[in-house]
Amino acid sequence: MSAREEILGRIRTALKDNPEAPQIPRQYRQTSPLDESALIELLVDRLIDYKAQVSVVDAAGVPARIAELLAGAQSYVVPTGVDAGWLTGLDHESGERRRHLDSTAAPLSVAELDGIDAVVTGSAVAVAETGTIILDGSPNQGRRAISLVPDHHICVVNAADIAGILPEALRRIDGTRPLTMISGPSATSDIELERVEGVHGPRKLDVIIAR
Amino acid sequence: MSTFLGMPSLPVYGTGNLFASESFPTAAHRELGNAQLRANLGHATHTIRDKRLKMVAELPDWEQLRDAGSAIKESVMARLPELLEQFEENFTARGGVIHWARDADEANAIVAGLVRDTGETEVVKVKSMATQEIGLNEYLEEQGITAFETDLAELIVQLDHDKPSHILVPAIHKNRTEIRDIFLREMPGADPQLTDDPAVLAMAARAHLRRKFLSAKVAVSGANFALADSGTLAVVESEGNGRMCLTLPETLITVMGVEKLLPSWQDLEVFMQLLPRSSTGERMNPYTSLWTGVTEGDGPQNMHLVLLDNGRSAALADEMGRSALHCIRCSACMNVCPVYERTGGHAYGSTYPGPIGAILSPLMTGIQAEENNSLPYASSLCGACYDACPVKINIPDILVHLRSVDVDSKRGKKKLPSQMDAGMKAASWALSSGKRLGMIEKGLPLGRLVAGPDKKITKLPGIAAGWTQSRDIPAPPRESFRSWWAKEHRKPDTSSAPEPSQDKEDQP
Amino acid sequence: MRIALFATCIVDAMYPATARATVKILERLGHEVVFPSGQACCGQMHVNSGYLKEAVPVVANHVAAFDTADYDVAVAPSGSCVASVKHQHPMVARSCGDKALEARAAAVGAKTYELSELLVDVLGVTDAGAQLGSFFPHRVTYHPSCHGMRLLRLGDRQAQLLRSVQGIDLADLPEADQCCGFGGTFSMKNADVSSAMLEDKTANIAATGAELCTGGDASCLMHIGGGLSRQGSAVTTLHLAEILASTAEEPASVSGEVRVSTGKATR
Repeated sequence: MSAREEILGRIRTALKDNPEAPQIPRQYRQTSPLDESALIELLVDRLIDYKAQVSVVDAAGVPARIAELLAGAQSYVVPTGVDAGWLTGLDHESGERRRHLDSTAAPLSVAELDGIDAVVTGSAVAVAETGTIILDGSPNQGRRAISLVPDHHICVVNAADIAGILPEALRRIDGTRPLTMISGPSATSDIELERVEGVHGPRKLDVIIAR
Repeated sequence: MSTFLGMPSLPVYGTGNLFASESFPTAAHRELGNAQLRANLGHATHTIRDKRLKMVAELPDWEQLRDAGSAIKESVMARLPELLEQFEENFTARGGVIHWARDADEANAIVAGLVRDTGETEVVKVKSMATQEIGLNEYLEEQGITAFETDLAELIVQLDHDKPSHILVPAIHKNRTEIRDIFLREMPGADPQLTDDPAVLAMAARAHLRRKFLSAKVAVSGANFALADSGTLAVVESEGNGRMCLTLPETLITVMGVEKLLPSWQDLEVFMQLLPRSSTGERMNPYTSLWTGVTEGDGPQNMHLVLLDNGRSAALADEMGRSALHCIRCSACMNVCPVYERTGGHAYGSTYPGPIGAILSPLMTGIQAEENNSLPYASSLCGACYDACPVKINIPDILVHLRSVDVDSKRGKKKLPSQMDAGMKAASWALSSGKRLGMIEKGLPLGRLVAGPDKKITKLPGIAAGWTQSRDIPAPPRESFRSWWAKEHRKPDTSSAPEPSQDKEDQP
Repeated sequence: MRIALFATCIVDAMYPATARATVKILERLGHEVVFPSGQACCGQMHVNSGYLKEAVPVVANHVAAFDTADYDVAVAPSGSCVASVKHQHPMVARSCGDKALEARAAAVGAKTYELSELLVDVLGVTDAGAQLGSFFPHRVTYHPSCHGMRLLRLGDRQAQLLRSVQGIDLADLPEADQCCGFGGTFSMKNADVSSAMLEDKTANIAATGAELCTGGDASCLMHIGGGLSRQGSAVTTLHLAEILASTAEEPASVSGEVRVSTGKATR
């Protein structure tokens, strides 16, 4: 008998008392009552608590803010589907020189990514209550590796994409895409439960919330 | 052919790192003697306990989430065969390959074979209880394959050639100075000026592992959740080592117990609220990765999943105990456990320590395996674990159930009854009749005699010596309440129908 | 109201003053107390130690003693014994396949209350000083036993009653919700861990500067008191019922002869 048949057989035998599958009580919150400005306020609070840097700007102010955050970077990577308008704040010549493009069709190698200082991506949805940003690999967010290897992640969140609580956020995305849920920069509490921000993932997370 | 012909008989128990090699009291005695360990554990468990309480209190619907989580898991157990088949179909359709492993040996052999097929001799690993349970690292080493643990705490434990003592914070028993010393001793190229600042130590680990991550071709992971309706796997982590392992290598081999399934995407909204708050005491852990088979051009292109039984079907066969399989490995139970807090995880022997380990290990191995029958007694039944459990596993009830399985398994097998057996039998006789208890209570003055002028008993023989090791017993009273009552209420007590003559007999 | 007292074996044999105090409180409120004399023990020691078979006659005896008696509600000065009667008895009956016993056990369980639960929820006691005349001019700390707290969900009923005792100086116990380490046979089978837990409990009690530690469970108090005695501490233990029964005219004896104590309280 194959291991598969045997294990399934063992499990069926174990359930010979035919336990009933209960109805799932879903009395927990499904929606949150917050309006956009309250959602932004909550998200900002939570992100700061995780030691992320946050700025809230009008949509028109995104390019300038990105340029400001990239000022010290020798190089940065963007997914090919990034909103072209976001990069217009960068001095044209230096912006081009420092820029690397990445896509599934033309991916940068891991070594190349390791030599790049920063990454700019969009995001799929955010959860205000938990300070979580979800990337789903859409063209403006790119491959998972680009938001992982460079040490500085600049992530743009559209105010309209902020959900109040997790159930609302998860309803907005396709679970079969390659997903990364990000809540602050990488961190560890492995030494005496003392939280240290910045381990293997980007040590610096900048979130730009675009109203 | 009838489907019942090949039906395996149960239980088939698990193998690997699930056994206590010495009895819990013996191991606990040794661990309690380690003052540094007790100080480290006390500090760590209190810190995380407070964080958890704060985060749980923030959610107005915590109890509703627990109710949902508990029901979802109960439903998964009831529908496990069908959900496993559904998961397999979806995972396979998305380019993943499923392997089934009956026990630890089979799982190890599968993983080693898959690594060998890639031609690689090194793998990076994300912290995983399942691979700890099957002893994968040791097996791979025998096969000439080096496994690098990448979670900071697992790295500390691996560098120190130690064993994890906690499922979330495996190095919880080490303090910063001890960790600095381990790094200096075992980490190639460690800066001799290394301080014991946790931030500095974390940076040393980053530098140490960075090259490994960037060059690794094969990764081995566990999984926190698997969604049956889509074939999706999830890993919940903090440091980014998980993302590194799950994203950069060409081949990813995931080892997961069969009980980790959730029926659908919607269920994730429950568990991703329960798990981070219960485990690290955070609103959300820094990183969660979810992947559904292979995504072209993004992440590993060779995706394997080893589905592990290793005693889970045996646990499932125990109707009283099966809810132990609801466990999502958050570690809240051990963080609140007064026994774990003092002994640490090593005292439990198995990969799974603390209250959940005290039920899970014997359920997976059988109560008679090695010293695992001592584990269900490693609890004062205070109930803190049940209150903290995000999926409401009634650990105290299962502990008591397993104690009775242990007692029953020994009935008639021993030549002589143990002191405990004899005592329980005698107590059953004495305490199953008011009349008999009343008669025995007439001997109370004798106890006063034993107690002497200090009015306390300080030394008892046999198993009761355990009590007088740190506690006195007061001298008994001159007479029992029963006897006093009978004197006070000489008229026949109409409420005492079963033994109407007792009041009279109780007269001194 | 006609109230049946379940004294519990440990109180009956070792702490009769606690049962007498319970009777006193209830009579003071104008209720009639009866003592079903067939009663002995709830059997939780057997159940919790895995001796289910041996627990059956103990449970059957309790059910027989209480389901034939004529009373409105039953009360016990113990959270853990009441939890056993309510939760374990039907389970024990089920384990031996006795459906009739299971039903009778459930009926007895439904009528059985822990003392503070009865006083607060059924008899409407909100102010022990005013309603019971409780007077106890001592510095006291309070240990909420695990089973009362987590199995019966007594909440702050006991603390509330204590706070309303006249003259009492109630000191908060640090880490009050931590188990004292008793756990029945756990204290013998895992004596080292149990002792380590007890050490922390007694240290926390000492830190409050209280003369005595009270609580709703005689077994936990015997454990804590036994530890204090061994350590040579002047702090003693006293059951909640005795503090509630204590009045200005008839004060409770703080270092009575059945107490575990090596000396007089110093404060």
